[in-house]
Amino acid sequence: MKWTLLVTVAVLALLLSVVLGPAAVPLSELLRSDIVWNLRAPRALLAFLVGGSLGVAGASLQALVRNPLADPFLLGLSGGAGLGAVLAIALHLSGPWALPIAAFIGALAALGLVYRLGLIGGASLDPRILLLGGVAIGAFAAAITTAIVSLADAAELRNAFLWLWGGLSGASWDSVLLVALYAPIPLAVLLAASRPLDLLALGEESASYLGADVERVKRRVYLAASLLTAAAVAVSGVIGFVGLVVPHIARLTWGHRHRSLLPAAFLGGGALLAFADTLARTVVAPRELPVGVVTALIGVPVFAVLLRRWTIA
Amino acid sequence: MTTELLRLQDVRYRYPGAKEDALRGVSLAVAPRQFHAVLGPNGSGKTTLVRIALGGLTPLAGRADVIDRPASDWPRQDLARLVGVVPQREDNLFPQRVRETVLLGRYPHLSLWGRERAEDHDAVDRALAACDVAHLADRWLWTLSGGEYQRVRVARALAQEPKLLVLDEPGMSLDLKHEMGLFELVLGLVRGQGLGVLMITHDLNLAARFADSLLLLEGGRPVAAGAPNDVLTQETVETVFSWPVAMQTVDGRPQMIPLRQPKESGA
Repeated sequence: MKWTLLVTVAVLALLLSVVLGPAAVPLSELLRSDIVWNLRAPRALLAFLVGGSLGVAGASLQALVRNPLADPFLLGLSGGAGLGAVLAIALHLSGPWALPIAAFIGALAALGLVYRLGLIGGASLDPRILLLGGVAIGAFAAAITTAIVSLADAAELRNAFLWLWGGLSGASWDSVLLVALYAPIPLAVLLAASRPLDLLALGEESASYLGADVERVKRRVYLAASLLTAAAVAVSGVIGFVGLVVPHIARLTWGHRHRSLLPAAFLGGGALLAFADTLARTVVAPRELPVGVVTALIGVPVFAVLLRRWTIA
Repeated sequence: MTTELLRLQDVRYRYPGAKEDALRGVSLAVAPRQFHAVLGPNGSGKTTLVRIALGGLTPLAGRADVIDRPASDWPRQDLARLVGVVPQREDNLFPQRVRETVLLGRYPHLSLWGRERAEDHDAVDRALAACDVAHLADRWLWTLSGGEYQRVRVARALAQEPKLLVLDEPGMSLDLKHEMGLFELVLGLVRGQGLGVLMITHDLNLAARFADSLLLLEGGRPVAAGAPNDVLTQETVETVFSWPVAMQTVDGRPQMIPLRQPKESGA
């Protein structure tokens, strides 16, 4: 029943984002319209894939760092990706893929640094240090980003600023295909770690007594979730709160067993981002809001309610 | 002769950077149908001993074998099918119901992509019944009393269908009724299901009442080992715990009563 509902919501969100847009396309023309096929359809699919990836990455990382309020971008990836993107803009790197590649490299650099910091205490990956290291690396990258932006001219500044708040206007069938080929690998790794992730909620010691190879699981989950987030941020910029709020809502309905939680977070995240992107394109049409603004405007109030609930319980 | 489930032989361990051995010359064996308790004051090496027995730490010298294979060599999932553990502390990050948490004990028996089978749910039902918590199956963990919660955690370990059960200070913060109830439950599992039990505790009297065999540690070294009557003599207890005691016998087992006034001749 709840699955039927969720799938329905996901399909509706996708349909809505194909039907709605600043340009009026009559329903009868829908299947023949270039706007629909070349702009709206790939954009809707990309939003769905990115949102779903962020939902799954968020749910996994929350279990890994044992903090139900963790967000995939908390681990410094957004800072690194932002720095990469802004560098690409400032250096006038051209070509449709310059920005995503630069952002991806920035995210990977941050990932590597945070991972190295997480191993600082020895051979065992410490999730608390991952979290703190992520915040520190993110802040450091953001400082450099701000320094570059402050020296840039007005047009560059606007581009960089908009990119940092996320946007799917660069969506094409190529980028959909790329994400559709790339994302299933880390997604499968995370899904395969469902049971160990359930066990990690009891703490590392108990998890190992119940058969989890804790060190291997932590490394796998951290790397897979981060690579997933890095790809998402590369094609769409920094889109906050999807990876935080969606897993939370999924937990309320599906419980904490990751075998159902992760697929639910994927569908929910996809639906939310497809819907948020539709709003971003239409509410101030013909202009467009960064989609991160929309997800934050939806996400922060929801987050506040959840935070209250969590603290009381 | 029965195969021993757990055998520590002349184990020595020192934590990296520490100046002294945490354990030295410790030997211990637990066979099926045997209730073995490890006793000692705080900091005597009890927890280190558990970590070594469960393969979390590898001894620097000596051996720690679970069924004839070094404990740290076992793949965790295989080991979890043989040894069920009730750790001293754990905090559940997410709210969970009793049945869900006991089902976690079946995880070592599940394949990577497979679902839980009917036999898994049967094992959960049996574990719930054995620990007398079947009526709590749909309750949230946080609504349970301390005694109920401990019994649920024992049920989770039983759902692993282990041959050896390890409990680390299971009686901590339980009142008399629940503490006695828990020890009776564990003894019942030893006698009824033939489990081997290794229990860490600092409650001398309960250990003496229930266990077949005791190991008394002090400063990481074995002070005495064997049947309760041989281990818990007045002299040994006074030396290890640095406090004068009187000893009595209840049900043929030694029981210790701490005295008020330190004696002149006390250790």
